[in-house]
Amino acid sequence: MPERTMFTMGDIACAEGALSAGCRYFGGYPITPATEIAEWMAVRMPELSGAYVQYEDEIASITSVIGASWAGIKAMTATSGPGASLMMEAVGLAVMTETPIVIVNIMRGGPSTGQPTRGQQGDVLQAKWGSHGDYQIIALTPASVQEMFDLTVRAFNLSEKYRVPVFLLADEIVGHMREALVIPDEKSLKLVSRKMPKSEPSEYLPFKPDDDLVPPMALLGTKYQFYATGLTHDERGYPTDSDEVQIELVTRLNEKILRHIDEITEVERYFLDDAEIAIVAYGTPARSARRAVKDARAKGIKAGMLRLKTVWPFPEEPIAQLASDVKHIIVPEQNMGQVYYMVRAFAAPTPVHLMTKPAGTPQLPDEILRKIMEVHAK
Amino acid sequence: MVRYGVRIGGFGGQGIVTMAVVIGEASALFDKKYVVQTQSYGPEARGGASKSEIVISDEEVDYPKVLAPDVFVVMSRAAYLEYVHGLKENGILIIDSDLVKVETELPKGVKVYSIPATRIADQEVRSKQTANVVMMGAFAAITKAVSIEGLRHQMEERWPKFVKINHLALDLGIKAGEKALEAPS
Repeated sequence: MPERTMFTMGDIACAEGALSAGCRYFGGYPITPATEIAEWMAVRMPELSGAYVQYEDEIASITSVIGASWAGIKAMTATSGPGASLMMEAVGLAVMTETPIVIVNIMRGGPSTGQPTRGQQGDVLQAKWGSHGDYQIIALTPASVQEMFDLTVRAFNLSEKYRVPVFLLADEIVGHMREALVIPDEKSLKLVSRKMPKSEPSEYLPFKPDDDLVPPMALLGTKYQFYATGLTHDERGYPTDSDEVQIELVTRLNEKILRHIDEITEVERYFLDDAEIAIVAYGTPARSARRAVKDARAKGIKAGMLRLKTVWPFPEEPIAQLASDVKHIIVPEQNMGQVYYMVRAFAAPTPVHLMTKPAGTPQLPDEILRKIMEVHAK
Repeated sequence: MVRYGVRIGGFGGQGIVTMAVVIGEASALFDKKYVVQTQSYGPEARGGASKSEIVISDEEVDYPKVLAPDVFVVMSRAAYLEYVHGLKENGILIIDSDLVKVETELPKGVKVYSIPATRIADQEVRSKQTANVVMMGAFAAITKAVSIEGLRHQMEERWPKFVKINHLALDLGIKAGEKALEAPS
């Protein structure tokens, strides 16, 4: 389809991004404020000969997505906090079986059922550490309707390339607001698909990695036979209680992401060249911060912003670099402070100031401006 | 145009969000402005106070919600009481005059325009459901924040089966808006 422009919601932009990325299976359970993704998929999937299935709950939804991916189909689910909590066990299964899947979390107020129609950024640490064991996932944080599309495409590409679950973490405002969306000509989109095995089926080792630490992935129902399990497994896929294999596997599952951190993480630099005070933000608070930076500049204060488009793996190097360039860092988050602790770890000894707001209304531009002025006066 | 904030309030079911979406579509896709449209709603689907907002600008919109509205269009008393706060000095207040009375003190210089949108929809268009389209016409005539051609175009795209009735409602709204402009209350 040629390029087209819509005026649409972030949730729908996400669904369209998935479809453009080649997603042809959606398994989900509707939940505010992610329901529009399911609704849109229910209409669009049949048009593209894909499948939309509504399950009895989020556990079934995500495990069906894992299964669809093993069958060779790019697959996704979408949920919000309460559903994300239910999905956490299966996130570990996808990590351990190295299954490319995309999980969208349109974050709402928590804990528990919290405030369904109000946004928050409360699930950022959950995305990274919600399942047990030591592992890496990738999480992208859009701040506009266009990015809901673009970063969903990217989420699929990264999940396919690294055989890892990728989260799209958006707050409710980004999910529900409408803006112009340009859907590019499908021929101009760069799409990535998982590596397939080149070896003979009789010689195929399903979990033997290539040099990039990612093993080629055979599909169910082909000549390649394999066993995929959540148990610690050797290159053949057979369960084992060996220390060596456990250490090797867990190290590789982490390293296949961390070794490519520069390629995976994306940040946007805004007025940072001569900045003395930097905001580090993502999602809707970053939009408030953009305004606050402009207003601070108008007052003669050298402020800037580093906007995170990737929160996991954490962009350690850009933060460390930023910390050496500026005098102060301010982190406004729509939560009690989550990314803040990561920023602090890599910014030390540069002081990092947290602005908490675990509520549907993010930090307003004026609130961030006042914080910039307060820090500037120090 | 530097960041123009529009707030629209009413009760669930009046088409408040739809109205904001059509205005947003027209100004983004037809007038080629930068536009963000948002809404807030509670757990209940109908009957509660409903609010939708649009920010229109010549430059990229940063904070997506309206900070202080330049114009507040309101179609129910509950929405008036809940969302009238923050209206800018010298701002514009457009009320459905059969449903809303100005019963609080307004900021300095606010101009009030009374549009009996629901009555016009009911008696002249003969379809109460078009009250939001009548109001949209009045809004465009009074504020000039969105082009009338753009609204017509988007309504035709959205509701191809109801072109005639929607154009009638829009035209009556424009007429009511122009009349109100001559004599603001």
